Amino acid sequence: MITLSNVTKVYKAASGNVTAVDHVNLHIEQGEIFGIIGYSGAGKSSLIRLLNGLEKPTSGEVIVDGKDMGKISGKQLRQARQQIGMIFQHFNLLWSRTVRENIAFPLEIAGVQKEERMKRVDELIQLVGLQGRENAYPSQLSGGQKQRVGIARALANNPKVLLCDEATSALDPQTTDSILDLLVDINKRLGLTIVLITHEMHVIRKICDRVAVMENGKIVEMGEVLHVFRKPEQPITKRFVQQVTEPEETKEAMLHLLERYPNGQVVQLTFVGEAAEQPLITQLIRQFDLYVNILQGKISQTHHGSYGVLFIHLDGANEEIERALAFIRQQEVEVEVLANVE
Amino acid sequence: MWNELFPNVVWDKIWAATMETLYMTAISVIATFVLGILLGLLLFLTSKGNIWENRFINGVIASFVNIFRSIPFIILIILLIPFTKLVVGTILGANAALPALIIGAAPFYARMVEIALREIDKGVIEAAKAMGATTSTIIWKVLLPEALPALVSGITVTAIALVGYTAMAGVVGAGGLGNLAYLEGFQRNNNDVTFVATVLILIIVFIIQFIGDFVTSKIDKR
Ligand SMILES: Nc1ncnc2c1ncn2[C@@H]1O[C@H](COP(=O)(O)OP(=O)(O)OP(=O)(O)O)[C@@H](O)[C@H]1O
Ligand SMILES: [Mg+2]
Repeated sequence: MITLSNVTKVYKAASGNVTAVDHVNLHIEQGEIFGIIGYSGAGKSSLIRLLNGLEKPTSGEVIVDGKDMGKISGKQLRQARQQIGMIFQHFNLLWSRTVRENIAFPLEIAGVQKEERMKRVDELIQLVGLQGRENAYPSQLSGGQKQRVGIARALANNPKVLLCDEATSALDPQTTDSILDLLVDINKRLGLTIVLITHEMHVIRKICDRVAVMENGKIVEMGEVLHVFRKPEQPITKRFVQQVTEPEETKEAMLHLLERYPNGQVVQLTFVGEAAEQPLITQLIRQFDLYVNILQGKISQTHHGSYGVLFIHLDGANEEIERALAFIRQQEVEVEVLANVE
Repeated sequence: MWNELFPNVVWDKIWAATMETLYMTAISVIATFVLGILLGLLLFLTSKGNIWENRFINGVIASFVNIFRSIPFIILIILLIPFTKLVVGTILGANAALPALIIGAAPFYARMVEIALREIDKGVIEAAKAMGATTSTIIWKVLLPEALPALVSGITVTAIALVGYTAMAGVVGAGGLGNLAYLEGFQRNNNDVTFVATVLILIIVFIIQFIGDFVTSKIDKR
C-alpha cells in the first residue's frame, strides 16, 4: 500500500540545511496499523506529510496506493489526497462550521451531491459516536469529541489510508484510549491502512501491528510490536519500551531491593504472548525447593497479545536456583539475572 | 419649539446632507470591503510560506498599501483632484468624494484583512489541502468564512473612519453633513447648524458600531 524508497527530505533554511528525513526505506501493507515513534524533532511529521504530498521528497520515491506522491501535482494530487485521510494533534477543525458541516467539507471538495452528502455525514456521525452533537460548533466540544469529528472527516471519502499525526497527544489518558479503540475498530471494519506517529509507546503498544523507531531522520529499528518489545536493540528503543513496561523509578528500586536481599538472586522475567498467562510462579514454588518473592510486576496488553515484566527474588541453594532458571528458560520466558549478590 | 432652539437650521437641507453622507459612506464602504478583501487576500496569499508565495507581487502590493495608508486623508483628496476630475468629471458633490474615500480606506482595510487571515490557524488550511481542496475552495470555504468575524469587525471600524472622512471631504466641497457643518455652520457662525450636524454624525457612527458588534457576535462561533 505504501512504499518509501531511499526517501530524504532536506529543509533549506538560512541557518543551514536540516535533514528531517534521512534515507528512509519503508513498506507498509494494506490493512496494517503502522506506528512511527520518535522524540520531538526526529522527523516524524515530515515523514508522514510526505505520504500525502504536503511535503515533497528532496530525493527518493514515495508510493502510496500506486501513485508517486512526490511527482504528481495539480488535479492528480488532489484526487490522490481524497483517498488519504489525515487527522491532527490539534484537530484542525473549521470553527465556523458545525460538526455536520465540518464532516461534510471533504465531501463538498469531492463534489458529492447534497442529498448523498447528508446521508454519508449521518453514517459517519454514527460511526464515530457523535449522535446528538451534530449541530454543535467545535468550540462547544471536548478534545475527544473534536478528534472524533476529525476522524469522521478524514473517513468521509472512504480513503484507503489514514494518517494520524500525534492524534492523541493533546488528549488525557482515558480519552486517548477511547480514540485508539475507535481507530482499531475502524481498521477492522473498513480494512483501512493506518499510519500513526507518536512519542508515546503506550499508543504503539495498544494498537500497532508494526513499529518503526525514528531518530535524527533515520529509522533505526523496525519490526513487529511484540518482537520489538521483547528484544529492543537500539538504546532509544529500549528507552521507549521502558516507558510502558517499567516505571521510571524501577531501576533505583531494584538497586535498593538488591541490598535488602543479600542472599539468592534477583531476576527479571519477560513474558510475551501465551507465556504471560501461564502460572509460572506456582510451578516454580511447587517444583523447586526455593523461596520465591515477587518484587514487582506489570503486564501490558499489546495489539497481538500480552507482554509482561516481572521482578522476582529467588532464594535457596545455588544449584537449585540454576535448575529453576533453566526451567524458566524452557518456558519461552526471557530471563535476566540482575545481580548476583553473594 | 425646534425652530426656537435651532433658528438657523433648515431641516430640508439637513435631511439632504444626511442622505448625502449616508450615500457616500455606503458606496465607499461597499467598495472598500470588496477592494480591501481582494488586496488583503493577495497580500496574505503571496506572503512567505503561503499558496501563491511571490516576493515581488507581495512587495508591490505592500508598498502600495503602506503608501496610501500613510498619506493624511485631507492631502490625499487634494492629490487625487486630477484623478477625480478624470473619473467623475467634477470635483464637487458626493460622487466626487468617492475616489478619495475608497483609495484612502481600502489599503487601511486591506491590512486588517491580511491580519485577520494570518490569525487563521495554519493547520486548518493544511487540513483543507490534505483533503484535496483547490485554492479557490480554500479561499471561499476556509479563509473567508474562518476570518469573517474579524472581517466584519474590521469593516465596522473602517466604516466609522469613513464617516469621518466624508465630513473632511465635505469641507473641500463634497457635500454631506461635514460640508453643511463647515459652510453653513462654522463659516456663517451658526452654531446650531454645526451642533445638529455633529449630533447626526454621531448617531450614524453609533448605529454602524451597533450593527457591526451585533453581526460580529452572531457569526463568531469561536
Ligand atoms: N518547514 C520547515 N522548514 C525548516 N525546517 C523544518 C520544517 N519543518 C520541520 N523542520 C525541521 O525538521 C526537523 C524534523 O521536524 P518534524 O516536525 O518532522 O519533527 P517531529 O518528529 O514531528 O517532531 P515533533 O514531535 O516535535 O512534532 C526539525 O529539526 C524541524 O526543525
Ligand atoms: Mg510532529
